Amino acid sequence: MSDLLALLRHSLAGLRVLIAATLLCGIAYPLVVTGVAQAAFGWRADGSLVTESGAHTDDPAEAVGSALIGQRNDDERLFHPRPSVAGDGWDTLSTSGSNLGPEDPDLVKAIKERRRDVAVREGVSVDQVPADAVTASASGIDPDISPAYAALQVSRVARVNGLSEDAVAALVAEHTDDRTFGFLGEPRVNVLELNIAVRGEVE
Amino acid sequence: MNATLAAVLQIATLVAALTLSVPLLGRYLAHVYTSPRHLRAETVAYRALKVDADADQHWRSYAMSVLGFSLAGILFLFAFGRLQSLLPLDGGLDPLPSDGAWNTAVSFVTNTNWQWYAGEAAAGHLIQMAGLAVQNFVSAAVGLSVAAAFARGLARTRNQGRIGNFWVDLVRTTHRVLLPMAFVVAIVLVAAGVVQNLHPVHEMTTLTGGAQPLTGGPVASQEAIKELGTNGGGFYNVNSAHPFENPNPFTNLLEIWAILVIPFSMAWAFGRIVGDRRQGGAVLATMAALLAVGVTLLTWAEMAGPGTAPQLAGAAMEGKETRFGEAATALFAAATTGTSTGAVNGMHESLTAPGGGVALFGMMLGEIAPGGVGSGLYGMLMLAVVTVFLCGLMVGRTPEYLGKKISRDEIVLVAVYILATPILVLVGAAIALTAPAGLAGLSTDGPHGLSEALYAVTSASNNNGSAFAGIGSGTPFWNTLLGLLMLLGRFVPMVLVLALAGRFATANRLPASAGTLPTHRPLFIGLLTGVALVVVGLTFVPALMLGPIVESLS
Repeated sequence: MSDLLALLRHSLAGLRVLIAATLLCGIAYPLVVTGVAQAAFGWRADGSLVTESGAHTDDPAEAVGSALIGQRNDDERLFHPRPSVAGDGWDTLSTSGSNLGPEDPDLVKAIKERRRDVAVREGVSVDQVPADAVTASASGIDPDISPAYAALQVSRVARVNGLSEDAVAALVAEHTDDRTFGFLGEPRVNVLELNIAVRGEVE
Repeated sequence: MNATLAAVLQIATLVAALTLSVPLLGRYLAHVYTSPRHLRAETVAYRALKVDADADQHWRSYAMSVLGFSLAGILFLFAFGRLQSLLPLDGGLDPLPSDGAWNTAVSFVTNTNWQWYAGEAAAGHLIQMAGLAVQNFVSAAVGLSVAAAFARGLARTRNQGRIGNFWVDLVRTTHRVLLPMAFVVAIVLVAAGVVQNLHPVHEMTTLTGGAQPLTGGPVASQEAIKELGTNGGGFYNVNSAHPFENPNPFTNLLEIWAILVIPFSMAWAFGRIVGDRRQGGAVLATMAALLAVGVTLLTWAEMAGPGTAPQLAGAAMEGKETRFGEAATALFAAATTGTSTGAVNGMHESLTAPGGGVALFGMMLGEIAPGGVGSGLYGMLMLAVVTVFLCGLMVGRTPEYLGKKISRDEIVLVAVYILATPILVLVGAAIALTAPAGLAGLSTDGPHGLSEALYAVTSASNNNGSAFAGIGSGTPFWNTLLGLLMLLGRFVPMVLVLALAGRFATANRLPASAGTLPTHRPLFIGLLTGVALVVVGLTFVPALMLGPIVESLS
């Protein structure tokens, strides 16, 4: 009984400390970080939004998306992103990976189908289809594809838009990021930025 | 540059950053936990909050404060979740169901951050900031406080079981250590692209005319403390795989550093608190050795990509982001399961079978490589006591650690500590795998289904929080079971640690003799590593055989 009373006493002291911590860490801290972030890095803090012309904007109404967030895109004139299993695909309100294990028969089947579909779409053999084209990303909104997957799509994008392959390949090269500092992460191509550039080239 | 060399350089950069920062932070932490002086703001706060900051608490009183504070936290967060529909900034969101609110309250107070819900859909900005992120700070501070109290217990002699003041440890950790570090990390994250705003969801029209909701929020401020406090609860469902939480390889490495820096620094601080830096060095070296093995195996497994699906696709890219690839995902996975973090930058369920097995084993080790903030240090020190005890048995001498005799009472406390978590894991797994409601939550059957259930109970009991996320755990059965495992897995070991600290603080210090086993030499580091692997590993080998090992061989 006396232990229970002691616990209650400590809990009440704990509640007072918790309320103070809530004001300091739960209200003041995020608001100060938000203030500094908005003042110093407003565009990034608002989600790195870009317009149809590729310009930066803070207004979601003007934007065609975030440079950081992949989007659904089945337009054959444009570069395609990786497979997504977020919600019904590319749902930013229910980001998700497939969570299928390496031996899962559903995953094996999905990879086979995607490989065939990509190979048919790009007019190549199935052996040429890179891994990121047939696997769902972790977030379901991966903004990037590998340089290999971008290269695979150059010929189709050039043909459909009436551009030369060299011109499209040059755009891909321009929008390819190497590993950060040469060794962090992986080389990648931002699909939204590349597609904005492709559209710009067509017009 | 080829991928292997890049992976090696990436790891080397992390090692260099840690090597530079750990001694500085370790020294600072030792000062924070031993300085008799309060800052002026602290004195004012203690007076306003009516806590006695100058009492040197007996371990029982210290433990009561830990439990009382955590109980208040659970009740507060439970009420927050149930009432969120009535609060500003969270308008339109439903209250959490009672089993879900229980699970989330326990999850964040125990530093686990298991999440049965999807953050972007279920939790509003206010509960994220003022409910969950607050526990990210204070639950981390509780872990660090208990570790500091244990170190002080070892450092003191004939002190009648007194091990310091919990409220002082808690307040100092929060505002002298965690807040300033989180602020700096948060600002760097925003500068590198992480979002930080209070906007509601906006609809955007995509390049091809589709609709895409823009889900902003106070992400960077939460991301920073989520990693620094080894919490791991993501703002978004996919955690640090979400580009708004972790937009590029630089933020990825920064987040990995933030996960590891405080646990390693606590080992350094330990050496200074007990007045023998070599002791801290030995603990740190053991942590580093175990983590190095984990990183190496996981990186190898993911880059080699064994298994039917990875071989067919050409690489183990299922559940990985293009910007991170295999190496940066493996490094993150090793760091998050070697600590008690549970943040993920890729889907652990889609790791290769050996890779997922290493992640699981990292948690089963009790998260001592380098472990959660505070919990990693005391977990390793408990194993150090086991090690000197086993060596004492071999040579027939009474064992001692740092001059403190390990007699029957001490070893009983340690034995219960070592057994507590495995019992929770194995009993929890047995319940989950026999109850129909447990099986109903699994997304698959066979060895992978077993791994999924085992991963969940291991993650909860060890306060990790990562998941084989295919599991449908948002049911009353799983929420209740995992909530209980998290609660017991956190506080049973903590009370045992404090009890042992009290005994050490009471005891005399024996002078070192020719028969004393030196606990700072490479021999001891090797023994400690071996004990960690054997004692903990053997407990779980049968379960691992049926899950990841069978899957690897199939």
